[in-house]
Amino acid sequence: MAPSKAQTLLSRLLAEHGMLLVLLVLCAYYSWATFAVQHPAGAAGGEQLAREISSRFPPPARVLVVARDTEEDAAFAGALRQGLEAAGLEAAAVVYGQPADAREALEGLEREGRRLDAIACNQTTASWAVFDGLAARLPALGGPPVVQPASYRWPNFLKAENLLNVANQISVIAIVAIGMTLVIIAAGIDLSVGSLIALSAVASTLLVRDLGGGESATALAMTLSCLGGIVLCGLVGLFSGAMVTAFGIPSFIVTLAMMLVASGLAFQLAEGQSIYQVPDSFVWLGRGSTLRVPNAVLLMAVLYAAAHVLMTRTVLGRYVYAVGGNPEAARLSGVPVRHVILFVYGLCGALAGSGGVVMASQLKSGAPTYGQMYELYVIAAVVVGGASLSGGEGKVLGTLIGAFIIAVIQNGMNLTGVESYTQKVVLGLVILGAVLLDTVKKRGWSWILRKRGA
Amino acid sequence: MEAGAAPLLEMRGISKSFPGVRALREVDLELRSGEVLALVGENGAGKSTLIKVLAGAHAPDAGAVRIAGALRTVHDPVEAQRAGVAVIYQELNLVPGLTARENIFLGRERSRAGFLRARQEASEARGLFERIGVRVDPELPCSALTVAQQQAVEIAKALSSMARIIVMDEPSATLTPQEVARLFAIIRDLKAAGIGVIYISHRLDEVFEVADRVTVLRDGACVATRPIGAVRREELIELMVGRRLDQEFPKRRAAIGGERLAARDLRRGQAVRGVSLSVRSGEILGLTGLVGSGRTETARLLFGADRLDGGSIELDGRRLELRSPRDAIRAGIGLLTEDRKAQGLVLGRSPRENFGLPNLTRFSTAGLVREGRERAAFARRSAGLGIKLPPHEAAVRNLSGGNQQKVVLAKWLERDCEVLIFDEPTRGIDVGAKYEVYQLMNGLAARGKAILMVSSELPEVLGMSDRILVMHEGRVAGEIADARGATQERILELAVR
Repeated sequence: MAPSKAQTLLSRLLAEHGMLLVLLVLCAYYSWATFAVQHPAGAAGGEQLAREISSRFPPPARVLVVARDTEEDAAFAGALRQGLEAAGLEAAAVVYGQPADAREALEGLEREGRRLDAIACNQTTASWAVFDGLAARLPALGGPPVVQPASYRWPNFLKAENLLNVANQISVIAIVAIGMTLVIIAAGIDLSVGSLIALSAVASTLLVRDLGGGESATALAMTLSCLGGIVLCGLVGLFSGAMVTAFGIPSFIVTLAMMLVASGLAFQLAEGQSIYQVPDSFVWLGRGSTLRVPNAVLLMAVLYAAAHVLMTRTVLGRYVYAVGGNPEAARLSGVPVRHVILFVYGLCGALAGSGGVVMASQLKSGAPTYGQMYELYVIAAVVVGGASLSGGEGKVLGTLIGAFIIAVIQNGMNLTGVESYTQKVVLGLVILGAVLLDTVKKRGWSWILRKRGA
Repeated sequence: MEAGAAPLLEMRGISKSFPGVRALREVDLELRSGEVLALVGENGAGKSTLIKVLAGAHAPDAGAVRIAGALRTVHDPVEAQRAGVAVIYQELNLVPGLTARENIFLGRERSRAGFLRARQEASEARGLFERIGVRVDPELPCSALTVAQQQAVEIAKALSSMARIIVMDEPSATLTPQEVARLFAIIRDLKAAGIGVIYISHRLDEVFEVADRVTVLRDGACVATRPIGAVRREELIELMVGRRLDQEFPKRRAAIGGERLAARDLRRGQAVRGVSLSVRSGEILGLTGLVGSGRTETARLLFGADRLDGGSIELDGRRLELRSPRDAIRAGIGLLTEDRKAQGLVLGRSPRENFGLPNLTRFSTAGLVREGRERAAFARRSAGLGIKLPPHEAAVRNLSGGNQQKVVLAKWLERDCEVLIFDEPTRGIDVGAKYEVYQLMNGLAARGKAILMVSSELPEVLGMSDRILVMHEGRVAGEIADARGATQERILELAVR
């Protein structure tokens, strides 16, 4: 009894979260494929090395810190120095620069005539030839050993910054895919989202430039400008929805037309140029981060949480599923079918607009060429996430998983050095495979075999 | 016919069951060449199933089909076609965008080396139309043809495929009297050419006019086969109905009160041409008539599902302006649609979600669904109705027909409507479930609700209604004020004309 129960639970888990499994398998594969020796760097590396040194060299040991003149190394050296001093050790000097700078510092210390206990390096500076034969060349220092943070083996893929990078890179597609999920659940499709990304990016940056004060725009002015871009796209979405409900034109056709219209509008507004007259702080959303998490990823998470609640807990969410599953039955049950359809297209437009704002912020400019082909990636994310193009089925969180599957494949292929043409081929095949898996899972092999016989 | 020669078609001991229903029990049927056999029976008697077995669409559970003496064991439509069986369904199976010619030769195109020989097809098509004596331009798309012309295209198609057996399922339902006369002439020509015709119709006048023999089906069994000259009309109706009705319907004592729902001169297109009716408190009004007589269309108008061309609807003396079902539901009207799969349920969602759909205003606060309340209410209703639910809130499509219908019932009972319209409330559900549905209707009536029951099952109409309206061609053809004294014959007379 017990094992069979466990089995049914497992098969249910697989049935409901098959795509999650695919995502995990992909992550596992790329973790394996990108396994490599890691050299701690940055602040974390500095802290680690400080601990190692203070355990090997008791106070009042003197340590020379050698780092390159980069941002990452500065963080490394800063944290290292702090850690050493906290342990009661003395940082005799901190070098930022080239081997020549290190030689100069060493010679300076020798002239002081005091003994040096250790030279703290990171993985790069430790290999500098300047430290070779130090005991013979500068005997007064007492032949200090070169120490560097202990290396360890860890997948490049699974490094925290890489994972955040994956999330950040997919944020635009994932945000737009929320709206697409709703439209597809309501048995429609919206091909205009790629163009709306461009339209919103152009409109927002244009508003910042022309009305918000250009490069000296305030945060409030930028916020209002971006909201302007989002509202504009929401209105375009509403228009598409109105065409679908009022005249019964297939959504494919309506949004295909709106795709051209919105793209053309974006080019007209921008006069074919990029708009980059925005303040430096415009990149807060796209490049900034809060508590080490990129702001775009935070926005994506908040939007997904809200959409999940909308679709699972609210009356409106229920209505969207009902309208997509059987519009006639929904209508005869008193569901305001037309309003529901207007809502999903309006929301989809607004979310595409939000995606455009994030993209403009990431790239610190708005251009009418943004978002080309994005509608296809967005639809792929939704479909891989398990939504049915015939409507009535799908989950917002499934779409998030679908988006991440795409992001992980792209990122993993970058890490493993697959060239970009091959990447497209692989991505296309993976999308096909994922959907095939979903079909098999839902209908079973027997259905597919029977279909072939007919 | 010479003695000893095998009949054109011989079906022996055909049985077929669907989950919960025995659709056919050991049915025998025989058709000779050059003969018209009428197949009659009530709705649900098994005529369509029998035809689908013949056409290869259903595999029988038991029994054998012989065509011209040869046993046919392969059960698929292509095989049946090759054996010379052509079925012309009531809803016609033509591709509307293709021309008459293209439809006739669909799947059997005349071609040479992959290239169509349109001119050869056209001349063959003209020859076929000439043979059956109708004028149809073979190059017109079928969507531009009248129903009668489309039928002719189907017949031409059957002839071009060398069919020896042609089945016509209610061919006259949507034809004018002149067109019916034309159709009969065609059938006589087919007879003369040695083709066997199975003619299915509710219209007994036609049966007596065109058929040589008649086979009666009842409850999935063949009850009689007679030469048409050896049977009277009354006898035929008795054979079709042939069962005692008094135990099938629960008894009740209705306290019929004042008028609640009143409709005056409802009109919509050709389907509803001036229907007036009223339903009183505690009353079950039966609305019946043949398929296509405008019953369902009338029900939809009362529910706001379609726009009125004219007429008015009042509930408890208040005039209603129904722009959508939403308005009707707010006003206190509910409709259980005839086709629960297409119109009653969102099949991909759970029974509970379907149940909640019209009731969400009560199960929600500020737009958030209070799932606990909904679950509790659904648990109460499903226990009360004895709905057998699948585990894990599986989609409602996994439920049996009877249980699906109970989910539809549950959702409207929960809504507590003042007027409930039941359109074919017991279609496709078994006898036990039917009885429960009837009891529910009686219970609602006893609580003073007004009930309009649209049904084509005459025993049901007679057994359940207090009063009966019979529709014919979009109008009320007659009212039977006291259903107790009514008979099926009386209803059929009004419905058939």
